[in-house]
Amino acid sequence: MSFIKPKFRHPRLPTNALGFTVADYDGAISTLCAGCGHDSISAAIRNACFKSALEPHRIAKVSGIGCSSKMPTYFLGRSHGFNSVHGRMPSVATGASLANRNLTYIGVSGDGDTASIGMGQFIHLIRRNVNMTYIVANNGCYGLTKGQDSATADLGSVSKGGAANPFDGIDLASLAVLQGASFVARSFSGDKDQLEPLIRAAMAHDGFAFIDVVSPCVTFNNHAGSTRSYGSTRDHLDAMPVDFVPVREEIRAEYAEGTSHAVTLHDGSVIHLLKADAGYAADDRTGALTAIRSAQQDRRILTGLLFLDPNSRDLNDTLELASRPLNELGKDELCPGSKMLDSINEGLR
Amino acid sequence: MKTLLGINDFVVKFANVNGTGSASANSLFAKAIFRMGIPVSPRNIFPSNIQGLPTWYEVRVSSQGYLGRRGGVDIMVCVNPQSMADDIASVEPGGYFIYDSTKPLAPQLQRDDIHFMGIPFTEMCMREFPTPRLQQLLKNVVYVGAMAALIEIDFSVLKGLLNTQFKGKEKLISSNVHALEMGFRYAREHFDCPLPVRLQQGDNIAPHIREFDHILMSGNTATALGAIYGGATVAAWYPITPSTSVVDAFSKYAERMRIDPGTGKKNFAVVQAEDELAAMGMVIGASWNGARAFTATSGPGLSLMSEFLGLAYFAEVPVVLVDVQRSGPSTGMPTRSQQSDVLAAAYASHGDTKQVLLFPATPRECFDMTVDAFDLADRLQTPVIMMSDLDLGMNDWMSPPLEWDDSRQLDRGKVLDADGLEQMENWGRYKDVDGDGICYRTLPGTHPSKGAYFTRGSSKSEMAVYSERGEDYVQNVDRLLRKFETAKQYVPKPKVKNAPGLTKPASDLKLGAMFFGTSASPSYEAVEMLASEGYPIDTLRIRAFPFHRSLDDFIHAHDLIFVIEQNRDGQMRRLISNECEIPPGKLTAVLNYSGTPITARHIAAEIRETLNAAGGNVIPLHPETA
Repeated sequence: MSFIKPKFRHPRLPTNALGFTVADYDGAISTLCAGCGHDSISAAIRNACFKSALEPHRIAKVSGIGCSSKMPTYFLGRSHGFNSVHGRMPSVATGASLANRNLTYIGVSGDGDTASIGMGQFIHLIRRNVNMTYIVANNGCYGLTKGQDSATADLGSVSKGGAANPFDGIDLASLAVLQGASFVARSFSGDKDQLEPLIRAAMAHDGFAFIDVVSPCVTFNNHAGSTRSYGSTRDHLDAMPVDFVPVREEIRAEYAEGTSHAVTLHDGSVIHLLKADAGYAADDRTGALTAIRSAQQDRRILTGLLFLDPNSRDLNDTLELASRPLNELGKDELCPGSKMLDSINEGLR
Repeated sequence: MKTLLGINDFVVKFANVNGTGSASANSLFAKAIFRMGIPVSPRNIFPSNIQGLPTWYEVRVSSQGYLGRRGGVDIMVCVNPQSMADDIASVEPGGYFIYDSTKPLAPQLQRDDIHFMGIPFTEMCMREFPTPRLQQLLKNVVYVGAMAALIEIDFSVLKGLLNTQFKGKEKLISSNVHALEMGFRYAREHFDCPLPVRLQQGDNIAPHIREFDHILMSGNTATALGAIYGGATVAAWYPITPSTSVVDAFSKYAERMRIDPGTGKKNFAVVQAEDELAAMGMVIGASWNGARAFTATSGPGLSLMSEFLGLAYFAEVPVVLVDVQRSGPSTGMPTRSQQSDVLAAAYASHGDTKQVLLFPATPRECFDMTVDAFDLADRLQTPVIMMSDLDLGMNDWMSPPLEWDDSRQLDRGKVLDADGLEQMENWGRYKDVDGDGICYRTLPGTHPSKGAYFTRGSSKSEMAVYSERGEDYVQNVDRLLRKFETAKQYVPKPKVKNAPGLTKPASDLKLGAMFFGTSASPSYEAVEMLASEGYPIDTLRIRAFPFHRSLDDFIHAHDLIFVIEQNRDGQMRRLISNECEIPPGKLTAVLNYSGTPITARHIAAEIRETLNAAGGNVIPLHPETA
């Protein structure tokens, strides 16, 4: 790589509860195109981890293949990362989560990586409720192979080559709600006020947390006729703002009566849904599907926390795994010893 | 008519209908012989079917402890009219054909060179047992009873086994014993018992069998126990015959031995994945994160996993993969045995890859090598593939007991903990500090500021930084090759044996044979047969890839070498020829790929034919002249 990220930081950068500055959550310099929505998502993840005061080395980053999946290099340089196989990050994340239930897992994927080659693994990841945050940087096209339509591209959206997409797009958020995901949100890479608290809530959630982030591709999908350009997304955004208050943090903001709806997560933190025309029930799966669908019919993109089940049971609990991570167990816990083997031999005579 | 003679040396085959409960009666038969201390090797030859198609159970009894298939059938017990014509044709001249005489045998099926012995199994069961289900199930026990009279199985052993099997279900015990007695009495009253082909406890059993207190177990069960003792905590898999019983057995043992005593929670995770791709992904994710993880599959699954195997090879993530080989794709012969994944496994995946393979030949080796596989995978930071097969995996094999050394530690290889990271200066994930091609690994979550790195595919710098520089790529893959070279010192060495009974070189040509896995037992037997005919053949049993140097030495020390294996293309022969740069002409393939395990007679015949064709170059040397 020919670029070096400047190491100089303001000497009085604010610190979080652990004494880290936001710079401690930085990664390498991005090699994505200038103006790529994905870089805003990287920044939002970095800020979310800083604000929630997570220990950087207790976070593990996993991704598949594609522009989106390069992102984990560009945030959290003190965390281990795994850029795995196209469409197969969910299985790697599942295995990692089984091996050590005490880390925070952030998965980053794209619309090709999730909605096409990785659709099978994505659905099963939801089904198993693996405890992780799963972000799809959704730009409706394949960037690294130069602009082909992806499976989430809207019907009729015009590609850079000028062809209208003849297929219905797959809506990952609806799919996640339908399949039983315990946390489903949608956001826009350009709306950090909404995206950051959503990521913080997702990381606090005990179970699978999915965030579909519209993240325009400046190079291949940012022209007139595309439904995923910055302009089109801003024009059609129907955003439900949220605020996230972690456990043991006093509530700073005052919300006008009738504009806020609070949901308490499993760990005691609270997510506030803020909207002038409040009343969106985030715990109603059918309602969420209807709201997403009706926005789509009006050519609007509904963003915000779409569904949340704060009492979900993650895979480790479903499998009744011991609280001590499997990767910490040694010979004494794992190996039954020669006496046991003798008795097994005896049963085979 | 020819008379077959065989004290503790014969082959019995049962021809059954799938799904009629014959499996438990047949294993009762084999286990009783085993309990009598007589070497026995039973094999299921079964269809891809739950109910209705023909299925066979072939039992080899061998005083010398040959556990491979001999070839041919001395006593056929046929309770399946569907396969009767072929079953009759397969009996050795002078052999016995026992059949259900409730319906008369069609005259065109008669042979005058074998003995036909009719027993009205159906009629007897209709008379004695009230329900159709019991009539069907106990018919199988009646023929075991008849066999007990004909070949002299110790009746008290049979009863003892039934008592254990149906403990607490007295009614079942008494009806089963009654069925046994019905068969026994009928045979005693109607035939000359015992037959000249029969069992006899005692003298003619080979000493190496008598010395051990053998067990009877399947390779897959032994593999599962190896995973337990090797410290595996994550098993991710997708059901596929013939590997399914590996994970089934692992789950069963883990439920017994891996429950946290304080909380009752599990110190293991078993996940039935959505497919083999995901199964391998989960294993890689868990191993990357420091747990010992494995999967079990068969050929088609290996193909699906090969993408991930490439990543694991390049990203240097330990993986244990158990490949219980079968014949090719479903459908057709998914329940038949082969050794036909050798090349697919050795070079699994895209790019320049070579994988570490282990070749167990017995349940004992399935156990030992599975434990070793976890150590090797951690030590070498690479996939290790256990190349078992259906014959070894799903059949019960007589084996010396499994052994465990309590002082043995789990070798987790070069993994740095927080202290290790503090002590190491300028740590880089892909720096070859020790010169053996193996670098120091770190696990997520270990140290607040050191040791984090990004795991990715083909190329990176020594410091694990993304790189597209050709030099970095070359340096990295050359190191991987160095690591593969290092693997030679850690993998199980081959077993070399000099030709039996001969001390002097035999002829112009020095003969050798190489084989692996389930081809070993019948190969040793064939070599002894050929030795008695005057052809001395040294043997080398391959136990791992990369090949140990002694394999090159063996090849150079012999003029003509037979490579015995169970696939069409002579895959091991090609792998040897390729890796050791041996002219292929020096290696003669001896193959069987019919789906049923290779027999000693087949191997001997193939070798004999080649040697005869070689003419004057190979002069049989009779042992007495040596």
